[in-house]
Amino acid sequence: MTNLTRKNASELVAMLQSGEVTSVALTQAFLDRIAKYNPVVNSYLHVSAESALATAAEVDAKRAAGEKLPALAGLPIAVKDNLTTTDAPTTSGSKILEGWVPQYDSTVVAKLRAEMMPILGKTNLDEFAMGSSTEYSAYGPSRNPWDLDRIPGGSGGGSSSAVAAFLAPIAIGSDTGGSIRFPASVTGTVGIKPTYGAVSRYGLIALASSLDQVGPVSRNVLDSALLQDVIAGHDAHDSTSLPEGLGSMTEAAKRSDVKGLRVGVIKQLSGAGFQAGVQKRFDESIAALKAAGAEIVEVDCPSFEYAIAAYYLILPAEASSNLAKFDSVRFGMRVTPDGNPTIERVMAATREAGFGPEVKRRIILGTYALSSGAYDNFYGAAQKVRTLIQRDFAKAFEVADVLVSPTAPTTAFKFGEKNDDPLAMYLNDIATIPANLAGIPGISLPIGLAEEDNLPVGIQFLAPAREDARLYHVGAVLEGILEAQWGKTMMDDAPDLDSLVGAFAASEGK
Amino acid sequence: MSEITPDLVRHLAGLARIDVTNDEVERFTQQLGLIVDSVATIKAAVSGDVPATSHPIPMANVFREDVVQPSLTQEQALSGAADSSDGRFRVAAILDEE
Amino acid sequence: MAKAELMDYEKALEQFEVVIGLEVHVELNTNTKMFCGCANSFGDEPNTNVCPICIGLPGSLPAVNKRAVESSISIGLALGCSIAPTGRFSRKQYFYPDLAKNFQTSQYDEPIAFEGSIDIEVPSGNSYTVDIERAHMEEDAGKLTHVGGSTGRIHGAEYSLVDYNRAGVPLVEIVTKPIIGAGSEAPELAAAYVRSIREIVKALNVSDARMERGNVRCDANVSLRPHGQAKLGTRTETKNVNSLRSIERAVRFEIQRQAAILAKGGTITQETRHWHEDKGATSAGRPKSDADDYRYFPEPDLVPVQPSQELIEALRAALPEKPAERRKRLQAEWAFQDLEFRDVVNAGLLDQIEETVAAGAKPQAARKWWTGELARLANADEKDISELAITPADVAELAGLIDAGKINDRLAREVVTYVLAGEGSPAAVVAARGLEVVSDDGALIAAIDAALASQPDVLDAIREGRMQAAGAVIGAVMKAMQGSADAARVRELLIAKANWQ
Repeated sequence: MTNLTRKNASELVAMLQSGEVTSVALTQAFLDRIAKYNPVVNSYLHVSAESALATAAEVDAKRAAGEKLPALAGLPIAVKDNLTTTDAPTTSGSKILEGWVPQYDSTVVAKLRAEMMPILGKTNLDEFAMGSSTEYSAYGPSRNPWDLDRIPGGSGGGSSSAVAAFLAPIAIGSDTGGSIRFPASVTGTVGIKPTYGAVSRYGLIALASSLDQVGPVSRNVLDSALLQDVIAGHDAHDSTSLPEGLGSMTEAAKRSDVKGLRVGVIKQLSGAGFQAGVQKRFDESIAALKAAGAEIVEVDCPSFEYAIAAYYLILPAEASSNLAKFDSVRFGMRVTPDGNPTIERVMAATREAGFGPEVKRRIILGTYALSSGAYDNFYGAAQKVRTLIQRDFAKAFEVADVLVSPTAPTTAFKFGEKNDDPLAMYLNDIATIPANLAGIPGISLPIGLAEEDNLPVGIQFLAPAREDARLYHVGAVLEGILEAQWGKTMMDDAPDLDSLVGAFAASEGK
Repeated sequence: MSEITPDLVRHLAGLARIDVTNDEVERFTQQLGLIVDSVATIKAAVSGDVPATSHPIPMANVFREDVVQPSLTQEQALSGAADSSDGRFRVAAILDEE
Repeated sequence: MAKAELMDYEKALEQFEVVIGLEVHVELNTNTKMFCGCANSFGDEPNTNVCPICIGLPGSLPAVNKRAVESSISIGLALGCSIAPTGRFSRKQYFYPDLAKNFQTSQYDEPIAFEGSIDIEVPSGNSYTVDIERAHMEEDAGKLTHVGGSTGRIHGAEYSLVDYNRAGVPLVEIVTKPIIGAGSEAPELAAAYVRSIREIVKALNVSDARMERGNVRCDANVSLRPHGQAKLGTRTETKNVNSLRSIERAVRFEIQRQAAILAKGGTITQETRHWHEDKGATSAGRPKSDADDYRYFPEPDLVPVQPSQELIEALRAALPEKPAERRKRLQAEWAFQDLEFRDVVNAGLLDQIEETVAAGAKPQAARKWWTGELARLANADEKDISELAITPADVAELAGLIDAGKINDRLAREVVTYVLAGEGSPAAVVAARGLEVVSDDGALIAAIDAALASQPDVLDAIREGRMQAAGAVIGAVMKAMQGSADAARVRELLIAKANWQ
């Protein structure tokens, strides 16, 4: 039943509900595929075969007994390893948390359990979600199923590669500056960063508290909509969570028409600095929307020039504070130097050994940004740039219902290509960062392959805060148009993983 | 000319309780210098009147009722600890009285 | 510890002007902690009132205790403060094993209450206005136990143990503006101020206010400057001074210590100091350095607190009477002379006497026992009177037994020692030990006869008007009856016997 793993989540849900397939069979099919390909793709840091099958069996038994079940019951899912799970280690991609089994479930995971979805395992990420390529994971990078020598994006490269390699039908990711959207863009999948506060952050190992958000990762827009409807909602444990729900994303994803929808092309996120093939697919998508009746306008967001700078001050500052708790005392790694070290020495030695270089770099930068004397010029100024960015968005949304840009300037680059220059790595996020700074939702969906390298290109839509539904609406419509044009889906073009893995193994053996 | 110096990097690493090797100090000094130079431009972008935004979605007055909720058991609380004794987390001697 | 040189107190005040600043931390008596639903309780097994939030597990998030916010507002209002229409929490960052997140969620530039004042009366009768800079909300740290050193303190300890049961307990920190002009009464003012804070928070029912339990803690800042100089001197901060008595002594000590240094042309090191009750001295802690850069920034996991006018006015309307008003009322109710009342206040016994009277005792009796015998016993034991193991209800019961003639004063004092030893209430002790005054005349007469047997001339002496002679017999009877006779009655019976025979 290998075709099972290629089916979309919504199809699988229908098959589960009709009894055409059991959850155990479905879960086992994914586990088999994971066993075969994960050693190379490295999407999963931990596979929870036993507990996933146990949940699947429970669902099958209840279904057989005619009990009423939640909508997505029995549908397997992968979860990014920065969300706590009581039955699997949660490492956040770091050595400092190697083997740590949390004493509580994150709210999102609790909701997945309540929905009775078998959790296949925890997926790889850049250490503490700091990165755009998953190269900074302490457990090795994940590989892009389109080309195993290339990055699957980051920080959520594990979830995106899992979904793109059919090692899970859908997954949970987190996005602080593009960590769901950029991986989606370079792997030909769909990813959403919901409005800040739409999904609970309780149990999400914090990177930048005012920027982080949990969201869905899938192969098509409808699947993500189904998932967001399960995981979103107010949580009393998260004081920043929105008090009200945002309505049904599933309904929004079923809308089929964009006549009169005003689509604003962001002047600053186009043209120079964007790979030609990326720009070309983007322009074609805009044309397709226009042909479908959307109104295309240009919007000017001058403060975006400062977005990266503001982001790379706010993020390290908040992260440096959030990561202070990793000190060997209550959980995680402890390194005790020789002699009779004081606790201060133990803390410093533990953090030296447990944190990777990118994490250390950002902690030190963040400590600087918050230090007295530097605060006003750095963290303080960055928080003001946020205000400017929000104002630019507010102005843009007066003339547009959604905004649009390529998700990223390039397609997937090769491993090691951007490691020497931290600034170069940071530029991947130029289009995605503004949404996190402003708290507004964004989606990335695939719009084809770039001609130069035959690698996936993603388009990003942004909507005003709380208007996540607009993203599912326009995303689903564009997806429909493109799939009709191509006569197939994006993933139908994905290279055969068997041959890629074979070639990869051969080259590794050299 | 960046204000990031090796001494500053060591000081910051100390504040952040991370041991750093000499190599790291050198590397961080250079890399952070680059980053700081590039982000220093934002000060120019914001004139005095712009207020800071610390919460992207404005909200206020989110409270919890003063009602006791279940706690972890002692065993659960200590389950992640590298070392514990007598129901408490055990750490190496502390240098300074806070 | 080297003994510091101290200048004579009077001399110090002649040469220098004293400036003090007080930071008082009040532990709130909410049911739960500041940012999580764990129980706010004492004495439980370690690490049993903890959760992912208060032990700082990755992914945890704080949630603000509504009652703690209301209590903080009430405290601010009682101190005459303005309440901030909008305020935020901030992270105060430093590494310490008792701080689960290695930052304390506190308030920095937006405290919930600010700019207040309170009038404080000192034992001499002088009154001072203490200006309040701010009152803000924050969370407490866990408890560290140092093992292996000689005194259980940090120096020389082999390792330390951490209990997070108290981590996250809500605190309100009250900071005064510099207090200038108290002169030689600065130590008394410091103690009286803290006593008033205790009274206020107790009356508001937002804190148990027991200093010996750490419900109210004081950090005392002291600096000196030559008379007439505008610039404030360098200050030291003496931390965690645990009783009113210690506050007074510590402030006084710092004045004398700093004066000695300054008079010699030295400079004061800006530092944290620790008070040692046993030595009656402060000692240097860590010097303040730039490692104390707390890198405050607004807490991103919490949203602003914006109390409505309605809430503020409702809390204002619910404020109990001010300490000064309460005292006027009590003095009138008890009909105490000014000096008597002042003694009670200065001894910190207002609450005890109020409760003793409420339990049925006459005010003067309550005063007599608390300011007399009980104060004496506390002093002898070097305890704070609130630490004595006897309650106002006990004292009322004791006074009642005396009024009923069941025991006399001497027996009552004996009963007190047994109550303090934990033997039970006064009535229980009297019954168990058979301490009731013997009121059976027959037994008394028998004892008198026995005593007279060896002192036959006493009756004649009494008849001749030499009353002193009676003393020996009375004494013998009291001795024989182990003090449980009513001496006055024995005297009456003896005289009656003399007159009848």
